[in-house]
Amino acid sequence: MPAKVITLTSGKGGVGKTTATANLAVALAAEKSKVVCIDGDIGLRNLDVILGLENRIVYDLVDVVEGRCRLKQAMIRDKKLPDLYLIPAAQTRDKNAISASDMMRVVKDLRSDFDFVLIDSPAGIERGFRNAIAAADRVLVVTNPEVSAVRDADRVIGILESEEKGPASLILNRLNPALVKSKDMLSPEDVLDLLAVELIGIVPEDENVVIASNRGAPVAYDAKSRAGQAFRNIAKRLKGETVPFLDLESQGSLWERIQRLAGRK
Amino acid sequence: MGFFDRLFGKKASADSAKERLQLVLIHDRTDLTPAELDSLRDDLIAAISRHVEIDAKAMQIGVEHDGRSQRLVADIPLKSARRKTRRSK
Repeated sequence: MPAKVITLTSGKGGVGKTTATANLAVALAAEKSKVVCIDGDIGLRNLDVILGLENRIVYDLVDVVEGRCRLKQAMIRDKKLPDLYLIPAAQTRDKNAISASDMMRVVKDLRSDFDFVLIDSPAGIERGFRNAIAAADRVLVVTNPEVSAVRDADRVIGILESEEKGPASLILNRLNPALVKSKDMLSPEDVLDLLAVELIGIVPEDENVVIASNRGAPVAYDAKSRAGQAFRNIAKRLKGETVPFLDLESQGSLWERIQRLAGRK
Repeated sequence: MGFFDRLFGKKASADSAKERLQLVLIHDRTDLTPAELDSLRDDLIAAISRHVEIDAKAMQIGVEHDGRSQRLVADIPLKSARRKTRRSK
């Protein structure tokens, strides 16, 4: 089964790339897919703590690339989900420790054993980002409904197009429906109008995300959390299922507008 | 956005955000600063004026977008060719 290789990137830091990667990995693995996620942020690793696997790291991605261990030795199995693995980034090295061709070689070796390879890109548009997108079949751009995040997302989408990695799909993260309603936050419509890309998910702002990261158990495990539900829906869409977008306001108008935008009316 | 803001006709902050982004993204995508656009405009006027008389003051040039593709749009009014009246002495 040849894996689908999906990279999550954003341009701007702090928009929720790592959280999204961890949650999609959990949601996919909970639905019986075999998933491996790779932390592409060499020197600033975090996917391990979000997944709660920081105490199990022995080898990392740079050890694999430099031949100090076999690929299997750097793959950490999740505590709860037997089909979920993490390949952590090195913490004491920098992004120049690996190249795009190293990344492609690692991913090539993983393809035959998994359904999904998820790559968490570092912020920025430099080498770490280039490495992270090199092997991708599909790229998800994570953004927030804020001017700086949308601007950086646009820049990244432009680069993905010129590198022929497009068309990108958008995850609009940390949307606050109350602020959208009072016209103090860009709406999903506004963001899609500006960026002109396909939407794959809207994740509402949710305090459970913070609680989940404190505990090292991604919010996708939390059946009651709205953010968790949004991530589970994105995972289903990645598997090719058609899932309606969350009704963020429990009210018809916004919901219908989003459906219309997504072409699912 | 509060009641009084609306009462005094203050623009919603989300609308400001969208308008500002629209302008920023045009320049980010085309790598064309307003100054460069002005200089392009001057070059266009010079080139076209060699062939036909135009109304340079009324000329409009800007970048429009359709989805993710950008388009340079120029609106250049031509001056109507006035018949050269021979001046009689």
